[in-house]
Amino acid sequence: MSFVAIADRDHEHALHDPQTFVRKYIWSQDHKVIAVQYGIVAICIGLVALVMSVLMRLQLGFPHVFSLIDPNDYYQYITMHGMIMVIYLLTALFLGGFGNYLIPLMCGSRDMVFPYMNMLSFWFYLLAVLILVVGFFVPGGPTGAGWTLYPPQSILPGTPGASWGIICMLASLAVFIVAFTMGGLNYVTTVLQARCRGMTLMRMPLTVWGIFMASILGLLAFPALFVSAIMMTLDALVGTSFFLPAISSMGKTMPHTGGSPLLFQHLFWFFGHPEVYIVALPAFGIVSDLLSTHARRNIFGYRMMVWAILAIGCLSFVVWAHHMYVSGMNPYFGFFFATTTLIIAVPTAIKVYNWVLTVWRGDVHLTLPMLFALGFIFTFVNGGLTGLFLGNVTVDVPLSGTYFVVAHFHMVMGVSPILVVFGAIYHWYPKITGRMLNETLGRIHFWCTFLGTYAIYLPMHYMGILGVPRRYYAYSSAIDFIPPSVQTANRWITISALFVASVQMVFLFNLVWSYFRGKPAGGNPWKSTTLEWQTTDTPPKHGNWGKDLPVVHRWAYDYSVPGAPDDFIPQNVPVDAHAPASHDSGKHT
Amino acid sequence: MALAVALILLVIATVLFHFLSPWWFTPIASNWGTVDDTVNITFWVTGIVFVAVNLFLAYCIIRYRHRKGQKAHYEPENRKLEWWLTSITTVGIAAMLAPGLSVWAKFVNVPKDAAIVEVLGQQWSWSYRFPGKDGTLGKADTRLVSVDNPFGMQPEDPAGQDDILVGSPELHLPLDKPVKLLLRSRDVNHQYAVPQFRVKMDMVPGMVTYFWFTPTRPGVFDVLCEQLCGMAHFAMRGRVVVDEQKDFDAWLGAQPSYQHARATTAGDVTAGQTLYATCSACHGAQAEGNAQLNAPKLSGQAGWYLIRQLNDFKSGVRGVNDADIYGKQMIPFASVLADDAAIRNVVAYIGSLPETRSTSTFTGDADKGRALFQTCASCHGADGKGIWSTNAPRLSGMSDWYLARQLKNYQQGIRGTHRQDFNGAQMVSMAKVLPDDQAISDLLGYVDSL
Repeated sequence: MSFVAIADRDHEHALHDPQTFVRKYIWSQDHKVIAVQYGIVAICIGLVALVMSVLMRLQLGFPHVFSLIDPNDYYQYITMHGMIMVIYLLTALFLGGFGNYLIPLMCGSRDMVFPYMNMLSFWFYLLAVLILVVGFFVPGGPTGAGWTLYPPQSILPGTPGASWGIICMLASLAVFIVAFTMGGLNYVTTVLQARCRGMTLMRMPLTVWGIFMASILGLLAFPALFVSAIMMTLDALVGTSFFLPAISSMGKTMPHTGGSPLLFQHLFWFFGHPEVYIVALPAFGIVSDLLSTHARRNIFGYRMMVWAILAIGCLSFVVWAHHMYVSGMNPYFGFFFATTTLIIAVPTAIKVYNWVLTVWRGDVHLTLPMLFALGFIFTFVNGGLTGLFLGNVTVDVPLSGTYFVVAHFHMVMGVSPILVVFGAIYHWYPKITGRMLNETLGRIHFWCTFLGTYAIYLPMHYMGILGVPRRYYAYSSAIDFIPPSVQTANRWITISALFVASVQMVFLFNLVWSYFRGKPAGGNPWKSTTLEWQTTDTPPKHGNWGKDLPVVHRWAYDYSVPGAPDDFIPQNVPVDAHAPASHDSGKHT
Repeated sequence: MALAVALILLVIATVLFHFLSPWWFTPIASNWGTVDDTVNITFWVTGIVFVAVNLFLAYCIIRYRHRKGQKAHYEPENRKLEWWLTSITTVGIAAMLAPGLSVWAKFVNVPKDAAIVEVLGQQWSWSYRFPGKDGTLGKADTRLVSVDNPFGMQPEDPAGQDDILVGSPELHLPLDKPVKLLLRSRDVNHQYAVPQFRVKMDMVPGMVTYFWFTPTRPGVFDVLCEQLCGMAHFAMRGRVVVDEQKDFDAWLGAQPSYQHARATTAGDVTAGQTLYATCSACHGAQAEGNAQLNAPKLSGQAGWYLIRQLNDFKSGVRGVNDADIYGKQMIPFASVLADDAAIRNVVAYIGSLPETRSTSTFTGDADKGRALFQTCASCHGADGKGIWSTNAPRLSGMSDWYLARQLKNYQQGIRGTHRQDFNGAQMVSMAKVLPDDQAISDLLGYVDSL
């Protein structure tokens, strides 16, 4: 190919090197700086969501003892906690953070193909977060409709934040989607157009595959949320009836007529289910690379892994109504969506097998990133398997709306991706800062988080089977089937949650402390094969590669190749006597 | 190594927790035992995978941990192994899906002989409608909903005249008779869920949704709302009583039909004036209330609320707790009102009296009071004037000393604990939001300013 991306043209490159502090670190167009900006904002707003979860757990574990929150606060916090964690933390961190940092470095590019748009993406994201925060200070506070924002209650009295709060939420989401679209187009285009010489698609690390597919899902799924946000805003402000039928609210007949609350649920979950994989696929990809690197073994079944990512991505668009089995939609849909949902379990299971088989016959170094990656396998197996309950329509019916659902999605969508985020930070922090994170603090962080979260969520599954409903501010002692042991368990769950939340401060301290005092890392501390570890400078400078772009000669998983002197051969090492030709899925692609 | 040990211990702990935890399905009370079977099958299949995968992972960590001279095995693919695993997984998935779908086929096919009962959901309570002798529910329209027509009945539809309206959140059903619940909501999404029946469904405004089951065990079962429906979602409670047929028939026979409800006339003010003479001794000639005699102000209060309280005093739902000294005093006076017409008459007279605001006896921190009132405002309205639809009486301008006493009664379980007092039970939940007497003062200080 004769095409050379603008960022790769030598003279352009020199011309665009930022000179001032502001251009370098604030209005930066460097994908690495933007990644860190995304990461810092995401972690900050994530801390707000963490604090809200602590307040909610205090109410549930010790009802009316602390009197910190009333029912309105509780519903506002469940809403904001859920929305922040799913969208503003996980989505932003995996795509805006890791996607930004890793795509150009792993693909051997100098930057994203549209650096200016990449910069705008971050600033729109920041704006979205600010609008979200403004929601806490408007009259009535933020919306308390649940993170799913189902109308009619989200825009009718009786729900906190039904006037101003919901509008802030919808506006913030719309701006976030604009930000994501600018970022997502960049990620997809960069992967397709700006890979270095020799980096065929089937040589790409699975991290890039995961983020690439997640970005495509986002570009196709977020528009459904965008239009529903606009439609709901119109319903709330202009009096249209997209989602509102004839309603008697608080004893007064509303002017609306003919709308469908279920239409919103379909639109929301048409976005919402792919959203699960927008978070999960980057986590799948990253964990694959962590396992392979730290087990010193090639990822097992690379091609199958790639096809599984593609299959999961495609199938994720035809499973959405498994969130709606008891929504009142035509129950015949249950047959279709239960079938598609259980089919998606097959490629997902393949991924799990291949992770375990990567560890099998490996040379397992139990480094910090590896601990988190192995912990992820455990939590993901747990959360994935409970998904088979909720995806299977008949099994879902008694469990939906109970704590089983809370336990399932926190294991699969909360704990699992967060463990990957931590593992990834421990893994790539040395490249980002040039220093290692502190090992002892990291181990404390891992053990407390891993064991503590399981202590939180394991009992919740069984509370759900008993029938304890979710989204309850308090449980009246008049509910006959809920025994006092549930309250005792709630108390211990709260204590675990407080413990896990406070341990995250150790992690934050480690991030700051190691930046100044951490052990110098060198260029490739994990002896990794992928390109980001082969840069001339650590941290990499603007443009990433100095004068010459790397050239790729092999796939990303040449660990412990027989006959090679080292137990890893970087992707840019040519094939010769010291670095023998290897299995290479990508060479014909 | 520690991680491998931890994984093994976590697997053991999980299995032990599964078998030893006191929590499992509530004893089933419907025909949907097959639902439990599908859950059990899923537990076995996934449980085996959970144990196998994690123990194998622990084994790999121990066996292949890094030691001197350890070298990983280079094996990019193993087609045979991968296909085996894929096939076994597919079989396991099918083993869960097939029974699930076959049970679902029964769920979507309602038996022809299923009786029909309509459940109406609203913020934050339930009510019910039976089709009456003709077996057909009359037409209803949410736009017709009002304080006198909470179901939104089409007044002229002949099919609706014999419909039986149950205003209470307690539903009775006959044992062993299949029933199809038609679910309707007049405001936001709700869900009608009884854990012991296993099946449930959302109720969505603008639609009629349904599910069916056969009650197989007599008993009393809690109804929960399991679709977030606003501030008081957690306090939206109902009850299903599964009766023998004759008890059910007796209960149903005592419920009013729509025709009967329509025939009810408005109260007669003149007749009410005579009856009110008894009340005036304590509540005052203008129903302005008298704190010395512990009689609250009645003028300005909503008629539907006064009618309900008088009925509750008469029927022993309110004032039966020995600690409710002043509530007890009302019982003989309420019993003086011989029938529904007498109650309507006296309430009509109270409604005709001129209204004066009660003097406030509380001063508190207005900002704190305003914040506390947010919870109250969801049902009682931001102006505290009360909302019939949420069963919330007027608070503003009423006797604040009386409100304080009632809040404490709710907190201490003196009021609102009777099984039939569903609205009182909600107030028991809500009053807990007020941590101490100071909070009550702050709150009522704010209510007085409304």
